[in-house]
Amino acid sequence: MTTTRNQVLADIRAATARGERPGHQTHSFATDLQAEAALSPSALVHMFAERVSEYKAWVGYSTSAGLSEAIGERLALYGTRYVVPADFPADLVQQLPCVRDEQLSHADIASADGVVSLSALGIAQTGSIVLDAGVGQGRRVLTLLPDYHLCVVYAASIVLTVPEAFERLRASIQERRAPLTFISGPSATSDIELNRVEGVHGPRRLEVIIVDAPGR
Amino acid sequence: MTIALFITCFNDTLFPNTGKAVVTILERLGHQVAFPEEQTCCGQMHFNTGYQSEALPLIKRFVRVFSEYECIVSPSASCVGMVRDMYQYAAEVAKDKGLAAEVKALAPRVYELSELLVNKLGLVDVGAYYPHRVTYHPTCHSIRGIRVGDAPEQLLRAVRGIDYVPLPAAEECCGFGGTFAIKNADTSMAMLSDKMRNITGTRAEVCVAADNSCLMHIGGALHRQRTGVKIAHLAEVLASGEQA
Amino acid sequence: MKPDSVIIELSPEFSVGAKQALQNTQLRRNMGKATQTIRAKRATVVGELPNWESLRDAGERIKAETMAHLDVYIERLEKNIQAAGGTVHWASTAAQANEIVTKLIQATKSKHIIKVKSLTTDEIRLNEALEAAGITPIETDLAELIIQLAHEKSSHILVPAIHKNRSEIRELFQKAMHLPDLTDEPKELAAAARTFLREKFMTVKVATSGANFAIAETGSVCVVESEGNGRMCLTLPDVLITVMGIEKILPRWEDLGVFMQLLPRSSTGERMNPYTSIWTGVHPGDGPQEFHIVLLDNGRTQVLGDSVGRQTLHCIRCSACINICPVYERTGGHAYGSVYPGPIGAILTPQLVGTEHAASLPYASSLCGACYDVCPVKINIPEVLVHLRGRVVREKHSHVSGWLDPESIGMSGLGQVFGNRMAYEGAQTMGKLAQWLFVHDGYIENGPGPLGAWTAMRDLQAIPDQTFRQWWRERNEHDDHA
Ligand code: SF4
Repeated sequence: MTTTRNQVLADIRAATARGERPGHQTHSFATDLQAEAALSPSALVHMFAERVSEYKAWVGYSTSAGLSEAIGERLALYGTRYVVPADFPADLVQQLPCVRDEQLSHADIASADGVVSLSALGIAQTGSIVLDAGVGQGRRVLTLLPDYHLCVVYAASIVLTVPEAFERLRASIQERRAPLTFISGPSATSDIELNRVEGVHGPRRLEVIIVDAPGR
Repeated sequence: MTIALFITCFNDTLFPNTGKAVVTILERLGHQVAFPEEQTCCGQMHFNTGYQSEALPLIKRFVRVFSEYECIVSPSASCVGMVRDMYQYAAEVAKDKGLAAEVKALAPRVYELSELLVNKLGLVDVGAYYPHRVTYHPTCHSIRGIRVGDAPEQLLRAVRGIDYVPLPAAEECCGFGGTFAIKNADTSMAMLSDKMRNITGTRAEVCVAADNSCLMHIGGALHRQRTGVKIAHLAEVLASGEQA
Repeated sequence: MKPDSVIIELSPEFSVGAKQALQNTQLRRNMGKATQTIRAKRATVVGELPNWESLRDAGERIKAETMAHLDVYIERLEKNIQAAGGTVHWASTAAQANEIVTKLIQATKSKHIIKVKSLTTDEIRLNEALEAAGITPIETDLAELIIQLAHEKSSHILVPAIHKNRSEIRELFQKAMHLPDLTDEPKELAAAARTFLREKFMTVKVATSGANFAIAETGSVCVVESEGNGRMCLTLPDVLITVMGIEKILPRWEDLGVFMQLLPRSSTGERMNPYTSIWTGVHPGDGPQEFHIVLLDNGRTQVLGDSVGRQTLHCIRCSACINICPVYERTGGHAYGSVYPGPIGAILTPQLVGTEHAASLPYASSLCGACYDVCPVKINIPEVLVHLRGRVVREKHSHVSGWLDPESIGMSGLGQVFGNRMAYEGAQTMGKLAQWLFVHDGYIENGPGPLGAWTAMRDLQAIPDQTFRQWWRERNEHDDHA
């Protein structure tokens, strides 16, 4: 195996030695891009909400104080047994029909009526939510197997652009080596005549509650 | 100003009227036209088909014949593209530093007709009169190769008496592509039939373009199918005068 | 090192495959509709970003710099993946890669694997190698499943079943899944696939995937997808094996931020694809606890060594060039005889397997340049096509017989003619004389020899009596006399 490794590396070196070699970069060209003009906090949240719902996800609003109730309302619609991450905030789950993920089997998770999680951040320009296994987000399988995902996004965690999101996520990777999942609407396919159809293997229903949106 | 005309082998032989039209326009605008008779072919067909070593003498010839002129015009976007985009590459492949330097100096002085008129001479109205219903096909090499933008449309819209109808899906290739039309004749024809449908749909009397090569391909099918739609090079439209 | 010739499905000439495809009107309708849809979607979301052109520039520069220092970045990636608990393997050829993957699966004793759609594993024909070793690969991407059930080959890198319409898909599913009442409603078709595959996801313990990107700086690997089958394969099994071409590396974390803007908008025409997974080695208590990555060369270093061809390796497999291509739109993907169809296939395939094995592909283009305009990393596809045509002709001329084909004779004859003014003017006269037999009303309707391919479908305008230069001379003589 080491010999193949050396072979490939030698082939790369031979190939790159031939061409002219532009100077080795120490900074990313990504940072040369002009930043986009900032939006007001309420416009930012508005764009996020609008673009999430364009993916056919339901979007609602709540205050921190009313969050438990807001979640409860949604959960009452679809079933009676939900799962939440092991470290999901206790005050939120007390009143809710939720089981904590304490070593649940895949089958247990899959048979739940849905999952409730927090999130790392939201991206307004693309209507995306990012999970980074931080507090209240759980292991990846938890937000994957149930057919319904209710995701809580704090307004303060919403950024405008993809590069801003990557800047914030650097710490999750470097300090915690966290796995990341970007979610933009419910699972979908465009494989049949290139039309987007919601709902294949991931949660077929995605709902988002935006918490403490300014001006609401 | 003296403007050297690169007619291209194709127009010289098959479309002499296009060359005459360029002369008419430029002289009407008060310029001197020079026609260096040693010119033949820019080498595009050879080069684009892969015959690079056969193309090289033709490239050198072009550079030799035209390097003394300050301003060169050609009524062919694709040949201008060859000179401006591929000559440098050809010189590099041939490892000919001298040629590369000459090309670098010459290429920016070579203009396609609409570029010369609109961008270099700053003209949109060249005093033409053409009372016909016309549609315009922007050839690939004019819009995506040398990027003339909407210069040809600007010129057409300024022609008196013209009834200009935009072409649907105008920017789609007509399927000519040089030897592609022969090597992949069926695919070429499938592309051409869609182009034809769009042209006849405009009910234009004349289909105009900045490349006679594509026009020959389009015109050949318009003629075969007895559509009655004629083809004309942009230069011919711009050259036609009042009550001509 | 010579790559295993695994890419070509021993295809006939492109024009032969194209002709067959063109005769299939259902295919042409499906393809026309699909490509028009996706083009419009792409144009809308690309138009939404005011800095799209600077993003493309950034994409191009990041890739160019990566290629120039690939040795540095690949070793950095290896080190960081190992530090995060992953195992790194190297393969010069497809055969080596297949052997590595087969052995890793055999060690788990599993007889099945679940697969995330991956062009790289198609390129090395991993499925065939696994089947030969008694392992059953299960494609989990909807389109891959469709063509696996139809026993067909992919015709598009992103939407492999783009050539199939909904009623064709329904028929396949009705048979394979024993669902006689299934309708052709896309939602129902997707639901059928969901049920069919769910059981596999829950039970199979080994998965394979490709990778869209890998970040040298952090050792992270990224997979971009829509359906959630990727997330299933990347999180449920015990063992994950990723096969990745060495060109997929990005140097730094923030570089990925550029490509996550370029890729979804260029490929599916969405602001963002539904799911993107990024993992870094093994995450304790979350997902597979054994992670292997196979870094594959298979001809890529040869491409890297060619100063013009190198840009081909910048490709992020978005398929924008395929969707915009007027040739692909008419012929579909199968005519290209490769897992890589369309403009990118026309330049990548001949470089990976050698132009001698795919000599007609660089000619499968009218050089219209639409691909270059949409490419998110600004690969100058027409330039590379012309470059490869040069290589095809040089190879042909390396044998004496190569000089004797009609095209070579014609080209070198014309080269002589254009090289000399007298010969050129003589030929103009000759042409005029020679054509009289065929001309009818200023047009040739039935041309001889190679002209036949032209006049089979369109008329050829005849050479007029007077060339431009004759007119010019005549006019000047008049002027002189006047
Ligand atoms: S060549 Fe460019 S446009 Fe084509 S698939 Fe690759 S990245 Fe996309």
